[in-house]
Amino acid sequence: MEVVEKDKKQELKEFIDSVKNKEHGDSYLIAVLHKAQGLYGYLSREVMDTIAQEMQIPTAHIWGVATFYHYFNLTPPGKHVVSVCLGTACYVKGAPQILEAIRNELKIDFGQITEDKMFSLQIARCLGACGVAPVVMIDDKIHGEMTPQKVVDVINQYRKAEKKQ
Amino acid sequence: MSKKYIITICDGTGCIQKDNAAIRKILEQQLKEHNLTNDVRVNLSGCLGMCDKGPIVVINPGYTIYGNVTTNDIPEIVEEHIVKGKPLARLAIQEDHLYNRFFRIFGDAKFFGKQMRIALRNCGIIDPENIDDYLSLRGYEALAKVLTDMTPKQVIEEVKLSGLRGRGGAGFPTGVKWQITARAGSPNSPRSASDEKYVICNADEGDPGAFMDRSAIEGDPHTVLEGMIIGGYAIGAKQGIVYIRAEYPLAVRRLEKAIADAREHGFLGKNILGSDFSFDIDIRLGAGAFVCGEETALIRSIEGGRGMPRPRPPYPSVEGLFGKPTLINNVETWANIPVVILDSGKWFSTVGTERSKGTKVFALAGMVVNTGLIEVPMGTTLREIIYDIGGGIPNNKEFKAVQTGGPSGGCLPAKYLDTPVDYESLAKAGSIMGSGGMIVIDHDSCMVDIAKYFLEFTQNESCGKCTPCREGTKRMLDILIKITEGKGEMYDIENLERLGNMIKKASLCGLGQSAPNPVLSTILNFREEYEEHVKDKKCRAGVCKQLLTYEITDKCVGCGACKKVCPVVAITGTTKAKHIIDQNKCIKCGACFSKCKFDAIIKK
Ligand SMILES: Cc1cc2nc3c(=O)[nH]c(=O)nc-3n(C[C@H](O)[C@H](O)[C@H](O)COP(=O)(O)O)c2cc1C
Ligand code: SF4
Ligand code: FES
Repeated sequence: MEVVEKDKKQELKEFIDSVKNKEHGDSYLIAVLHKAQGLYGYLSREVMDTIAQEMQIPTAHIWGVATFYHYFNLTPPGKHVVSVCLGTACYVKGAPQILEAIRNELKIDFGQITEDKMFSLQIARCLGACGVAPVVMIDDKIHGEMTPQKVVDVINQYRKAEKKQ
Repeated sequence: MSKKYIITICDGTGCIQKDNAAIRKILEQQLKEHNLTNDVRVNLSGCLGMCDKGPIVVINPGYTIYGNVTTNDIPEIVEEHIVKGKPLARLAIQEDHLYNRFFRIFGDAKFFGKQMRIALRNCGIIDPENIDDYLSLRGYEALAKVLTDMTPKQVIEEVKLSGLRGRGGAGFPTGVKWQITARAGSPNSPRSASDEKYVICNADEGDPGAFMDRSAIEGDPHTVLEGMIIGGYAIGAKQGIVYIRAEYPLAVRRLEKAIADAREHGFLGKNILGSDFSFDIDIRLGAGAFVCGEETALIRSIEGGRGMPRPRPPYPSVEGLFGKPTLINNVETWANIPVVILDSGKWFSTVGTERSKGTKVFALAGMVVNTGLIEVPMGTTLREIIYDIGGGIPNNKEFKAVQTGGPSGGCLPAKYLDTPVDYESLAKAGSIMGSGGMIVIDHDSCMVDIAKYFLEFTQNESCGKCTPCREGTKRMLDILIKITEGKGEMYDIENLERLGNMIKKASLCGLGQSAPNPVLSTILNFREEYEEHVKDKKCRAGVCKQLLTYEITDKCVGCGACKKVCPVVAITGTTKAKHIIDQNKCIKCGACFSKCKFDAIIKK
């Protein structure tokens, strides 16, 4: 575990080194935050401090940028990330009911994580699969033509798969 | 080596979801078994625009389209179509509104039917990850022509002549924008005396119900790049940037590959095609903020800051990225450029209407039979799009409204169905062209709720810089919530209109200036629904929860399931006897309604 963390930090540092001396180096801050989130799954205070030191940008500014954009998580995500599409096509085809069913099932709201850390919940806006609306994406997999009942079944499949492991 | 057949498997999100990977695997296995791998090439393509019939497999030549293909169908398709050379009628899509025409258009190089593909001309035909495919369809020929035969001035004149207008929403004449950016920084325009300039492709695609730009890039990334390189040549820039949503990983990957391939072939980099013009393109990722689609906010975001708009002028054409003159256009605008150059601006200007030239791509979705991407000449009517191309409303339901322009647009009722799609006509009807979202709504949706949906979105996305937008949208949302909860008064409707008009006038950027549109257009066109919510405390679509009552009917067998799920213990009754709901306790959560297996609970 220790070693892995070190590797991640190393990789982040290398990425920063590769951009910070380019012309307009500061402008790569968002790219660096993407890199960091890709490595750690979210942006912790420590990671932001590291970036601040490496890029010579105040943490306050980094914090300001990280909180401005919805894409950045400031808390760790669950093992599986459930994204409910609330794009217009999904909305008129019943996304609110799907959302309600998920909320009831997982007992969490947007940006929250279940007690067992298995699932976290977030909003998506059009996943480009309007043809099979309403859509729920779990990790990278898209589940289309959802109904309140079907989505609960899908969640249960993920639970079952976890138990087997 | 020439192949006898090309089999294209759609690799759009819809078909990926329907497991096109399994289809590909079985197909390749089958081809191997029949020893056909040398005669047949298997391709992936971008979204073909027929998402509801996926997975889609197309076999060329002959343009046979197979829909709803399962892995079990593959052996039969290979046996009949490839080995025996007879298309398999059982699975071929015959009467398809969206796509047959598209293929016919390209089949005999003429255009007819209701669709016409200019921006998406290669999407679905070529393998987006293979630059040779693009080259075989006259790819980068426009660039070569520009570099050898045309001066930057002539390029700009050609684009002006085409009448092309920005496809990102506002519809500003593209050639004029190029001209302003080209002149900025020159001796006749003293404002910024630098020779450094930038070209940006806006691929932030913020409309929460649309995916045109994503599919355009996923299906044919080189077209966009070629357009940008030509733009760079015309205005004298050395660097281009594509600003694209991080939520589009596949599009980003294809773009990265396309840029690398273009560099390798000498279309990007130093001395392009041996000329003295040098240009390169970088990718920057957005991070999920709708306001970053606005050009000044987008520029702030590329600079690494919080994406907040600033007042214009100065426009980016004069003072943009890092303070330099910057040419910013939408993905679809860029994709039109190679056609304007190769087929001439004059030809381009023959397509479309008096003031809106060319075609427009729409992401047609919602309550319509054929959902997917379509491209139509400007001037096609909403009715033709929804009924002829889209196949009408499913389940014999009735059309109620069509929403265009997403959160900046409006909802048009049936009386506007014969409105032609062009910038002016849609604006006159009370909506906007927007970037291409088109959502069909039937009577199961409540218009007040739709207005609330969009306002919730814009309110949440307001960057907070100016008060009318930040506070005003919040107040409007409060009023809408009040109305949907049955606590509205008649003056609330007037307040919404007053507040909406005020926000439109006083906000700094386009987000605030257009945020009230969905509310104002629904009040204009569906006022009676607002009044019903207020006066009769009724929602005719049965959407607004607080205005519903749940009742248990005689169908109840007394299983007690509803009693168990009710979170506020509003349901009473003994086993095997009819239960009742205490309306004073009920919070209208609908849990009992979805739980009941006997349809014994009704909502009114
Ligand atoms: C709130 C807001 C969101 C916008 N979102 C987009 C977008 O997602 N894509 C886009 O191309 N233009 C968007 N625009 C328009 C851009 O500001 C800009 O006008 C456009 O990119 C210019 O390119 P065009 O002339 O080719 O349309 C948005 C504008 C506003 C005010
Ligand atoms: S109108 Fe809204 S989004 Fe635009 S600058 Fe003002 S607060 Fe920000
Ligand atoms: S609106 Fe949900 S996938 Fe497009």
